[in-house]
Amino acid sequence: MATPVLDKAEAEAQAASPYITVTFRVRRFNPEVSAEATWEDFQLEIDPKERVLDGLHKIKWDMDGSLTFRRSCAHGICGSDAMRINGKNRLACKTLIKDINPEKPITIEPIKGLSVLKDLVVDMEPFFQAYRDVMPFLITKDTNEPTRERLQSAEDRERFDDTTKCILCAACTSSCPVFWNDGQYFGPAAIVNAHRFIFDSRDDAGEQRLEILNDKDGVWRCRTTFNCTDACPRGIEVTKAIQEVKRALITRRF
Amino acid sequence: MSTTETTASGIGPVEGASLYDVDNPAPVIESPRKRTNKTPKSTRGNFEMYGWLFMRLSGIVLVVLVLGHLLIQLVLDGGVTKVGFAFVAGRWASPWWQVWDLAMLWLAMLHGANGLRTVINDYAEQASTRLWLKGLLYTATVFTILLGTLVIFTFDPNIR
Repeated sequence: MATPVLDKAEAEAQAASPYITVTFRVRRFNPEVSAEATWEDFQLEIDPKERVLDGLHKIKWDMDGSLTFRRSCAHGICGSDAMRINGKNRLACKTLIKDINPEKPITIEPIKGLSVLKDLVVDMEPFFQAYRDVMPFLITKDTNEPTRERLQSAEDRERFDDTTKCILCAACTSSCPVFWNDGQYFGPAAIVNAHRFIFDSRDDAGEQRLEILNDKDGVWRCRTTFNCTDACPRGIEVTKAIQEVKRALITRRF
Repeated sequence: MSTTETTASGIGPVEGASLYDVDNPAPVIESPRKRTNKTPKSTRGNFEMYGWLFMRLSGIVLVVLVLGHLLIQLVLDGGVTKVGFAFVAGRWASPWWQVWDLAMLWLAMLHGANGLRTVINDYAEQASTRLWLKGLLYTATVFTILLGTLVIFTFDPNIR
């Protein structure tokens, strides 16, 4: 005679259950099977307050272990899991399912403009080549090792604070239409990291970096479409940083 | 679940066996004009900067020139019906309108040509395609500018 009680408890558990059914529509590519990339749908029960990355983990751990994607820290700092979610570049570990309309299938693709190696993994080498080309390290005239800390005023530090936040996830560069068509363009991320040193009062190679970005594939190819600013998961004003580099180049000449 | 055999990634065989396997993977689609460590380093010179500045400055001037031109040609004094040989001859009798039209011709042609140059740079993948498209563009631009300039300066209202 305990059946009705159980049913009631069960019904309550049902009503209180936070889980909903979500469709993940993932772009799959496996060169060992086919040259074609295809969409694959996965249905999963998930709490909408969880992140897209948790959904991908559910798929990889419980449904299809062959799903391949990058992630390291899973907390928005390492910059490994930038992907195109519902047509926008985001970090899977910073995107909550409830924020991207879970009633419709959630599309997940690799970021664009870089070669897809498998599923959501792309070849980041051209991206890091552009990063290395702007010399993203402190260069000083004084080549001797310093005997004390290189001091800097709070105002001087504030000047480039925004661009220190970059985590090199490539969400900006792979959202840039100029980069999609021509990988020779440095791309927003490399310019942001050049900006970080150009406007650093402790650095002495700003002139050299400006000359590198004055190149035909440098800042002048920026069309100010603001895709990079929209895509940045760290909220860096990327287009503004690019414009500041342009302004520095012009004021340097006149 | 159907009974047909599916591969690990869910891609079923369409016709016969797959062409690719672990030892013979499909080619990866390379992104166009990839940056590598062999990409030539920065070229000296400020051409791109001057090009970018020219677009901004000529744009501002062209707004005035082109809107003024359209107003005179299409709106004032009975609209487009008044435009004929006599109307053009009358305007070009004044050096003011000669200079106006000359400035408009040069700025609009160079502004448009530079814009198309950047479009070609953005979209043409192969070096030879770029070369040919830009060659065509520069030829057309130079021809139009020279012809237009010639007409403005040698225009003869008494031509028969």
